Amino acid sequence: MGIRERLSGNEAVAFAMKQLNPDVMGAFPITPSTEIPQYFSQYVANGEVDTEFVAVESEHSAMSCCIGAQAAGGRAVTATSSCGLALMWEMLYVAASSRLPITLACINRALSGPININNDHSDSMGARDSGWIQIYAENNQEAYDNMCMAMRIGEHPDVRLPVMTCQDGFITSHAIENIELLEDDVVKAFAGGYKPEQYLLKHENPVAVGPYDVASYYMEHKYQQAVAMKNAKKVILDVAKEFAQVSGREYGLFEEYKMEDAERAILLIGSSAGTAKAAVDALRAKGEKVGLIKLRVFRPFPMRELAAALSKMKAVAVLDKADSFSNCGGPLFAETRSACYDLENPPKMVNYVYGLGGRDVRVENIEFVYGQLAEIVKTGKAGELYRHLGVRGY
Amino acid sequence: MSKYIPAAEVNEAITWKDISPAGEIFEGGTAALVNTGDWRTMIPTFIEEKCKHCMLCLPVCPDSSIPVKDGKRLDFDFMHCKGCGVCYKVCPFDAITFGREEK
Repeated sequence: MGIRERLSGNEAVAFAMKQLNPDVMGAFPITPSTEIPQYFSQYVANGEVDTEFVAVESEHSAMSCCIGAQAAGGRAVTATSSCGLALMWEMLYVAASSRLPITLACINRALSGPININNDHSDSMGARDSGWIQIYAENNQEAYDNMCMAMRIGEHPDVRLPVMTCQDGFITSHAIENIELLEDDVVKAFAGGYKPEQYLLKHENPVAVGPYDVASYYMEHKYQQAVAMKNAKKVILDVAKEFAQVSGREYGLFEEYKMEDAERAILLIGSSAGTAKAAVDALRAKGEKVGLIKLRVFRPFPMRELAAALSKMKAVAVLDKADSFSNCGGPLFAETRSACYDLENPPKMVNYVYGLGGRDVRVENIEFVYGQLAEIVKTGKAGELYRHLGVRGY
Repeated sequence: MSKYIPAAEVNEAITWKDISPAGEIFEGGTAALVNTGDWRTMIPTFIEEKCKHCMLCLPVCPDSSIPVKDGKRLDFDFMHCKGCGVCYKVCPFDAITFGREEK
């Protein structure tokens, strides 16, 4: 039986980490990090976990610490946000290319500048090509569940990649919601022990990690990373299936909401899905055939599955909570539009950059987007593809 | 269990399936297998008859390019010598000369 509680998203993730009882947390315990290391350090101080808490001098060092700990054969976790993640940049790539399944809780917040501490996805979207698996949560429950599943995914021998679980800063990280937690022994049994094939402290078999890789060998290793990311898709689904057995909560690569007979759809990531569902319900009550897809797994990108889910749509709006400044749309739009290229009758597709730096997105904003999609269906013309939502004077 | 291939047998014909994940190396001292002497433009020459085997050159070599056997230094290990010339500077007996390497 689950435990009914009410927790903030930060508390929920810290609680999952307590139940997972990792060997090392390397974290920078002040802004731009999150409350997660703060809550977790209380568990350490109370002797509720066996974790070595390493309070480092920067986020670059936090990731370096995790890399060392995981290479040594331990389970390493960290949590960060915004500029903190940006400061980890160099080491994110080292973690992924060294194939170390570190777990990172990212609380999505804007990157400066102008200086801003509120929610958007520019931090983790910037890290989208670093080789980390990225799983996003809509609410506190999903943030908790994703953290419970992360180690099993990353540590799978076919994967061996670090995992970033993301949730929306303040919107879910600081808001308190009802949540159903699993018992300690259930989480412990689900996560199992970490059994890497090779690790630095395996004294009978010395191993060198992170060597210089010359041009003659580098591409073979990068291809191995690409294969690992490809393998991750099946592992994410397998782990989710097992998790459903212990929790009763089911997860896929994305969630489809009222898509069965829909003609117009919105695709987005994270907490705005709750707002969008309310908009879908309101429009459905008026007889409009609208649906929603909430992407959960952004890395690996579920290209074929997403294209299949969108194949029957007449018009689709992809909402990006990060701007690429590419002049051709945000990252989710670019990849989704590419995914739909091979469809027989691809839907008209436009991009809305929205919610930057904590800009509120309300039900009427989402209804406006569905209205714009109705215009596109009526005229058969998509018009401007790269749009911004809620900009004054736009 | 991934296949273990000794470092000495890894060469440029190895495929992505056989190369160790992330380039992990499962043995020690493998830098000795890599020819880094080809970076050299200047080269030291060992004049054995002038050498008193005082061993002053040994600790200043930034690599490990001066082999010693039975208390006597041998000729340079040119597979790893970068031609920095520190040994030439430190030798009190002119037992090492230094000049441009003709390739």
